[in-house]
Amino acid sequence: MDIFLQQLINGLVLGSVYALVALGYTMVYGILELINFAHGEITMMGAMVALAVIGALALAAPGLPGVLVLGAGLAVAIPVCVALGLLIERVAYRPLRHAPRLAPLITAIGVSIILQNIAMLIWGKQYIPFPAILPQARHTVYGASITNVQIAILLLATGIMLTLILVVRKTRLGRAMRATAQSRQVASLMGVDVNRVIAATFAIGSALAAVAGVMVSAYYGLAHYYMGFLLGLKAFSAAVLGGIGNLAGAMLGGLLLGLIESFGAGYIGDLTGGFLGSNYQDVFAFFVLITVLVFRPSGLLGVRGGERA
Amino acid sequence: MKTLLSVNQLSVAYGGIHAVRELSLTVAPGEMVCLIGANGAGKTSTLKAVSGLLEPHGGSVHFEGRSITRRPAHEVARLGLTLVPEGRGVFPLMSVAENLMMGAYARCDRAGIAHDLDRVYTLLPRLTERRTQLAGLLSGGEQQMLALGRAMMARPRLLLLDEPSMGLAPLMVQAVFDIIRRIAADGVAVLLVEQNAHLALKTCAHGYVLENGAVTLAGPAAELSTNPAVRRAYLGE
Repeated sequence: MDIFLQQLINGLVLGSVYALVALGYTMVYGILELINFAHGEITMMGAMVALAVIGALALAAPGLPGVLVLGAGLAVAIPVCVALGLLIERVAYRPLRHAPRLAPLITAIGVSIILQNIAMLIWGKQYIPFPAILPQARHTVYGASITNVQIAILLLATGIMLTLILVVRKTRLGRAMRATAQSRQVASLMGVDVNRVIAATFAIGSALAAVAGVMVSAYYGLAHYYMGFLLGLKAFSAAVLGGIGNLAGAMLGGLLLGLIESFGAGYIGDLTGGFLGSNYQDVFAFFVLITVLVFRPSGLLGVRGGERA
Repeated sequence: MKTLLSVNQLSVAYGGIHAVRELSLTVAPGEMVCLIGANGAGKTSTLKAVSGLLEPHGGSVHFEGRSITRRPAHEVARLGLTLVPEGRGVFPLMSVAENLMMGAYARCDRAGIAHDLDRVYTLLPRLTERRTQLAGLLSGGEQQMLALGRAMMARPRLLLLDEPSMGLAPLMVQAVFDIIRRIAADGVAVLLVEQNAHLALKTCAHGYVLENGAVTLAGPAAELSTNPAVRRAYLGE
């Protein structure tokens, strides 16, 4: 029981991070039908910038409360990632808006490699540890343990996702985003400045990525210039699993992928009689992904009539 | 001011093929004007170029004395010129009410928007019944009514209509044209593109006949509908 509960907690925490990143993929896809492969690297940049700020602050003012230092890290990482997302859209995607669909896909991969290399040049190839600024309190719930960091990730991710749903459903910007996703041309006839809406979509996705990047590095206690690759790939898979273009699908897909991974890691040893260990969790996750897509190619919630934006 | 819209020597080309050649037309405030012609005569291209969806190859477009040539569509829309595109262009995954609110996207006068919404629902009671339904689930005629209602929500001074009768049953065509006349009766000028020349000439005061992207005939609708060439080519005689 406690192992089950433990894997459930771990899976939800990991899954809510995947969901935040997956939302960025799915929002951009919903509007442009473009897979922004640089999105994983924006997440990485968020982690790296936040860690740089946190590390500098921890050195300069060791007495500062951890939450404040973390807040400062986020406060710098979010605008940096937003600016980066806007720059990428303007330079690498907008000029190709009317090009064949393979062209922006290739530039997306190119941008992601460029970002990795920039990060490597700035921060080097080594793993960067997350300074021990946060109180590492553990709470025990029915035999399973949950840390303060995990609780914070769950609460923050839930809050952000609920806010995003409200923004997309209820606000003027949200309506403009949905209209643009359904028909760019007709949206412009309504007076919607489609370029601004697309930019806003990149900005929101990049802000979510920054937060997710900080969460991942706080959770695993480190960051690395290459961390965006697998994280991005998993989040993209989560978005496809839920039905790409669909907001609720990205959230569901992210949570499911986190749970599958965590339960896979927890039980794969027992299931295979010790033949495969928990280091096969990624294989397990992608195996499930392939299985689901074979039977539901449009993803779990990816039916026409779903909510796009 | 005598003219609301004036199009001068407008040309539209798609990759070297001229869809519209040096077309000129004017619409006075509150006037109903139609553009008739066969498939591929350049009617839709003209409306797209006027509304900013297409960049014209040459010529100019002035609205209320201001040049709107090569202005992007969202800026043109904000000036009070609203296009209801061919195929209606409702947002299929939005409710009827949300579609109507999209029509008022560029406006901020809350009281005025609420007033116009009331008016649209009064004029189009079917939309009231389907307020919360997804627009994609409406019938073709209901979608056309929604597209017209949505255009009214923008409170335009000029309405461009691209084939509003397309694909509709005769009774529904009547209903849609009744609505168009009601909108025009409020002082909104209309530039109507129609394949149904008979209906278009009956509805409008002034008409232009388009052939291969150029205007071949123009004049009061009553005159055009008695013109032997028009009768032979477009009125089925």
